[in-house]
Amino acid sequence: MSDKHAIQLTVNGVPYDVTVDQSQNLSGALRNGTGLTGTKEGCDDCECGACMVLLDGSPVNSCSYLAVQAQGRDITTVEGLADGDDLHPLQRNILEHGGVQCGFCTPGMLMSARALLDRNPNPSNEEIRIGLSGNLCRCTGYARILEAVEATAVELG
Amino acid sequence: MSFTIATSLDEALASIAAGARPIAGGSDLVVGARQGKFDLPAELVAIDRIESLATIDVGADETSIGSGVTHSRLMEDGVIVDNFTAIADAAALVGSPSTRNVGTIGGNVMNSSPAMDTGAPLVVLGAEAELTTSSGRRRVGLDELWTGPGQHSAAADELCTALLLPNRPANSGSAYVRLEYRRAMEIAVVGAAAAITLDGDNIDSIRVALTAVAPTIIEVAGLDSLVGRPLDDASLAEIAEAASGQATPISDLRASDAYRRHTIGVMARRAAEAAARRASGETIAVPVNRALGIGAAS
Repeated sequence: MSDKHAIQLTVNGVPYDVTVDQSQNLSGALRNGTGLTGTKEGCDDCECGACMVLLDGSPVNSCSYLAVQAQGRDITTVEGLADGDDLHPLQRNILEHGGVQCGFCTPGMLMSARALLDRNPNPSNEEIRIGLSGNLCRCTGYARILEAVEATAVELG
Repeated sequence: MSFTIATSLDEALASIAAGARPIAGGSDLVVGARQGKFDLPAELVAIDRIESLATIDVGADETSIGSGVTHSRLMEDGVIVDNFTAIADAAALVGSPSTRNVGTIGGNVMNSSPAMDTGAPLVVLGAEAELTTSSGRRRVGLDELWTGPGQHSAAADELCTALLLPNRPANSGSAYVRLEYRRAMEIAVVGAAAAITLDGDNIDSIRVALTAVAPTIIEVAGLDSLVGRPLDDASLAEIAEAASGQATPISDLRASDAYRRHTIGVMARRAAEAAARRASGETIAVPVNRALGIGAAS
């Protein structure tokens, strides 16, 4: 039997028909199957968080999640944050606070932050640190990312 | 090759009987396969959408935690936090929020790592694993289930469907502490769980189990001599000495065997102290590691 699976992934509310190997990870299926390349693949080992997407609203490392297992789930990627040309407040704040340098971790950071604020609109500094604890950044030293999330929480109040 | 998403336990058990391997969050299976430790099984059945596996049921005598309950839920569920607190302590330390969202207690148990965080809490709380096939189910003690690093005694057609825990008597408390070098995405250097029931100021029962110091999670033997005594410095010293003495740790990149042997005594002592404080009615927030200041400064 072939290991190819014709599946449908619902990404940011849009259904995509993709054909994947059984072992295909979700991050690869998103990047190569749907053309949504905002999701990054860093460590491919569930450590760095660059591949973070939301499955039914909860953050998941898409590098280590099988694409076939994501059928029927609502997948949200970084492309689902902005409203047309209007950036999501998290995106705007991470830019304005200098929380982006090379930018590779940014999509994953944004998705973890989004999930955190959806669940806890007024997080403490410690809660933000825990919420982002699965995301590594090699550039910023994290402080400005934390400031951006705090500012967004205040803004969305 | 096949991949099935099961929506009922019967469907999953039929697939497993036909040779499929169960996958819940995949946080061990997919990660391990991508690391090249093994090939991803050709026949897979996803069990993460089976509602009956994702329940926590409190019965008259025991509580059943479905094998599909995630770490995210364990760390916040009222039944677990109030009555089986050491499990919540452990679940809150696993990986990161995303790991905890997909990782399940059943997966943690059946992965059978000696460094698993929920294992020592389950042991001190007297848990048994419920193993189910298409034709029946049985209960097995965890000391019988775990046979070595990554090894267990369950048959290929058996699915772990629940962890069964006797309900706790009054004046009981439990805690899990872990030595860690950082506060997220960490694996236990060593860890210890304790469950204590008090009779006034004295110990009525005590169990201590150890993480990452032997081929499996092990329970510390010989603590019966503490029953009827207070948990004072002498008692705590005996617990630490017993833990260090019974540990048979290895050296690896995280720590030397000598360091592990020393620090497991410290962790066992701290777990027992925290369990006794909870047994006496004090609330210590989950995970107790934070209250004790273990791990790198934030």
